[in-house]
Amino acid sequence: MRLAYRFAIASDKITADGVEVTGFPDLARRYRVSSVPKTVVGEGGEFVGAQGESALLDHVLKAALPGPAATDA
Amino acid sequence: MFFDDEVAGQIKERFADLVHPVKLVVFSQALQHPESEEVKRLLEELGTLDPRLIVESKNFIIDAESAASLKVHHIPGIAILRAGVDGASDIDYGVRFFGLPMQYDFGVLIDAIVDVSTGESGLAPETLEALRNLQAPVHLQVFSTPT
Repeated sequence: MRLAYRFAIASDKITADGVEVTGFPDLARRYRVSSVPKTVVGEGGEFVGAQGESALLDHVLKAALPGPAATDA
Repeated sequence: MFFDDEVAGQIKERFADLVHPVKLVVFSQALQHPESEEVKRLLEELGTLDPRLIVESKNFIIDAESAASLKVHHIPGIAILRAGVDGASDIDYGVRFFGLPMQYDFGVLIDAIVDVSTGESGLAPETLEALRNLQAPVHLQVFSTPT
């Protein structure tokens, strides 16, 4: 969670929510949180477990790529 | 009281690293979410440990406009901002915590306060360079449980 916060501090394009999910069963269901820590990146990316800085960066860069609709336009 | 003398001392020691004042805007709502009041009390007690920590307690329903502008959509919810001084606006890095910040998450919250205060991400230069070229906004959500 701290790494996600640090990404948010580093870039004004990134926002980071830390969610202690026990009190939010609706969010747990919506994002299919069965193991923690689980990180959801943008609209479609996700991974479970702690990952390092370069791995999170890869996820972030992928999430920031234009979607298929934008690419086709 | 949430903190005994020993824990309070440890937190104060960590807050020795604060550079700029930090504003914690905590949203709660007693009737709808009684546990959110516990988070409010926790942060209010935390705020007594360092004068550079400013705790603003808001009601999620009465202060709905503020909650929306800070993108706090759940309670308990905390926006961690670098407080503006001398009339300057607060700096919002987009750092939020939702739920009960207990055990491991409490440590993360303390670290987040210090990181927002310093404004230093501590990331590697190549990561910072890659993030500078980011073309689109990316929202990260990290789900945890108290462990």
